[in-house]
Amino acid sequence: MSLLDAFYRGLARTRQSIARVFQSGAAMPEELYDQLFEALLAADTGLGTAEALLDGVKRELGRKTSPGIEEIRASIEKQIIMMMQGQTDLNIGRGPISVILFVGVNGTGKTTTVGKLAAKLGREGHRVMLAAADTFRAAAAEQLEIWARRARADVVTHRVGSDPAAVVFDAISAAKARAQDIVLVDTAGRVQTRFNLMEELKKIHKVISRELPGEPSESLIVLDATTGQNALEQARQFKQAVGLTGAAITKMDGTAKGGIAIAIWRELGVPVKLIGMGEHLDDLYQFDPSAFAKALLDTA
Amino acid sequence: MMAFELLSKRLGDVFKRLRGKGKLSESDVQDALRQLRIVLLEADVNYKIVKDFLERVKDRAVGAEVLESLTPGLTVTKIVREELIKVLGEAQKPLQFNANDVTVFMLVGLQGSGKTTTAAKLARLLKKRGKNPLLVACDVYRPAAVEQLKAMGAKCEVDVYCGDQGLTPEEIALSAVRHAVSKAMDVVILDTAGRLHVDEEMMEEAARIKALTKPTEVLLVADAMTGQEAVNVASSFDSKVGITGVILTKMDSDARGGAALSMAAATGKPIKFVGMGEKVEALEPFYPDRMASRILGMGDALTFIEKAEAAFGKNEAIELERKMARQQFTLEDFLEQMKGIKKMGPLNEVLSMIPGFNKLPASVRGQIDESELKRVEAIILSMTREERANPSIINASRRRRIAAGSGTSIQDVNRLLKQFEQARAMIKQVYSKGKLTKLLS
Repeated sequence: MSLLDAFYRGLARTRQSIARVFQSGAAMPEELYDQLFEALLAADTGLGTAEALLDGVKRELGRKTSPGIEEIRASIEKQIIMMMQGQTDLNIGRGPISVILFVGVNGTGKTTTVGKLAAKLGREGHRVMLAAADTFRAAAAEQLEIWARRARADVVTHRVGSDPAAVVFDAISAAKARAQDIVLVDTAGRVQTRFNLMEELKKIHKVISRELPGEPSESLIVLDATTGQNALEQARQFKQAVGLTGAAITKMDGTAKGGIAIAIWRELGVPVKLIGMGEHLDDLYQFDPSAFAKALLDTA
Repeated sequence: MMAFELLSKRLGDVFKRLRGKGKLSESDVQDALRQLRIVLLEADVNYKIVKDFLERVKDRAVGAEVLESLTPGLTVTKIVREELIKVLGEAQKPLQFNANDVTVFMLVGLQGSGKTTTAAKLARLLKKRGKNPLLVACDVYRPAAVEQLKAMGAKCEVDVYCGDQGLTPEEIALSAVRHAVSKAMDVVILDTAGRLHVDEEMMEEAARIKALTKPTEVLLVADAMTGQEAVNVASSFDSKVGITGVILTKMDSDARGGAALSMAAATGKPIKFVGMGEKVEALEPFYPDRMASRILGMGDALTFIEKAEAAFGKNEAIELERKMARQQFTLEDFLEQMKGIKKMGPLNEVLSMIPGFNKLPASVRGQIDESELKRVEAIILSMTREERANPSIINASRRRRIAAGSGTSIQDVNRLLKQFEQARAMIKQVYSKGKLTKLLS
């Protein structure tokens, strides 16, 4: 399945609601804009982003007395792509070992994403080490071990309750000894308002950059696509703690809207790099803004 | 920090504008409702639910009721609060048990909503109430899901039942119920796999488990941070499986929690519990009236007082409240309460229940941390009784002595004294707000 196919499946309902607006034959542009505004809100873009999108459309088409539906559609697509400018490929391979740190709140799918990415990078010929730095949640290490087996990657685990920074230290040492070139760090889920847990994350980050200067190459926040506007606050707080380089949006299957993808990129400059679609090992894709915009808006 | 915090702040701004006006015109109401629409949408309340909600508020707000009122701002506040409570469910709904037979509770929800953690929390709560619960691992799909439940069960000393390898979730659920009967256990909690509400096959599986085990409660475990999709999630689980209530998780985040309104409005099913953190004891009953008060920036004083009672004993709590009300709260009391506060739970969580606390800037709130308590304790212990009762006598030389005695710096002592003054000011605010709450109810 191609990324575009996957998006088409994932964004089916959002696309249908936008398509309904176009098909409703709302004669007056104002009325059409109102309905589009609601369709965008329903996709979790948030008020600010929905307004910015439609303002952009009005600016572009404003001179026309009655812009056609196809013109409006193409214009929104263009606005979305303009809001999502930047690199979406992972920044790896600068040094002998590239570290990717995964952070996020509980239950967004960090462990699953780490497992899938390990498999993807393995297929591409990388030698991958996983660090089970979630030493809090019961059976998190066991879960990562199962993913490691599936992905044929190595994994370093410590006992429940041990220092996550020590796990990271050991994983990096082991990767050096075994000449591996990628270390994926799975951290415990934490609600962004927990001060002490955010401090713990900073410590993990510090250990990585001390052991491998210039690393982590990527600090990715894992966001659940069904999350609403709190995703912005999550990204803001985690960015402050570890300086995010990107986001992975998970659970884009089903009816997930993913409008927050546009919002966090536009408002915080955090690019979306990975998209998780399902529970299978190969359900992880590099994000493509134009495929996303096309799938979101295609009314055919 | 506090659920609904930002929503509260926004609403506070709306109503501040309404306060102090003599009478409410229709355009005043319209303006307030426009603001309210933004507030609710930004809080992730579903846009359709927002429309309906505002219609009802408008119907009640515009007209005689408001115009006859002496305080129009309070009247609109009261109407919004009442309508919020109505949507969130009028009263707290207790769990339903089977009188003569083993009771089955079934937890369902999306992936990552917190079912396994919630199952363990629920088991612990039931055990505390004298029940003999059995946790059942029906998630045969997610790697290590069974191990997670086993570990959580061990933590709260509740038996965990996992079926033999190769059994279907339906078979595991059914044999677990039989196992519970044979062991004379009275409640079975089924932890099912996370599933998408549009996955027909998986929804049918959940419906089959329900048909086989006849649970008295089918609880949808949902993330408080859910966006617009909350309506579809709740409606789908309700129509395809049939739910009896909702448990809202991750409420210790700063999510505005509009999902609570969306789900309650879409299904008419009550929210029964809220998850407040990762510890097994962090499960609390849901109180619609308190939640509505929190939305309106009135804080969560009732929960605060209840927690204080549990930690200090009722008499001391009453004494504490009396002192707070008379603003006779001294550093001595401060010290005495410190140990009690530690018992009440994480400091930030406790403080967030105090009305007005959410109005403090996040940077200030972030500074408050547990280890600070120890330092504060040392400083107060280095003061004389007189100084504790009347901090205003603490001059420069006394400060030097206290800092030396407690192994801290003069800056630390200064900071504590300043914080204590702020705390006193905040307590004063609690009690002027308390009057407001009484006025409205």
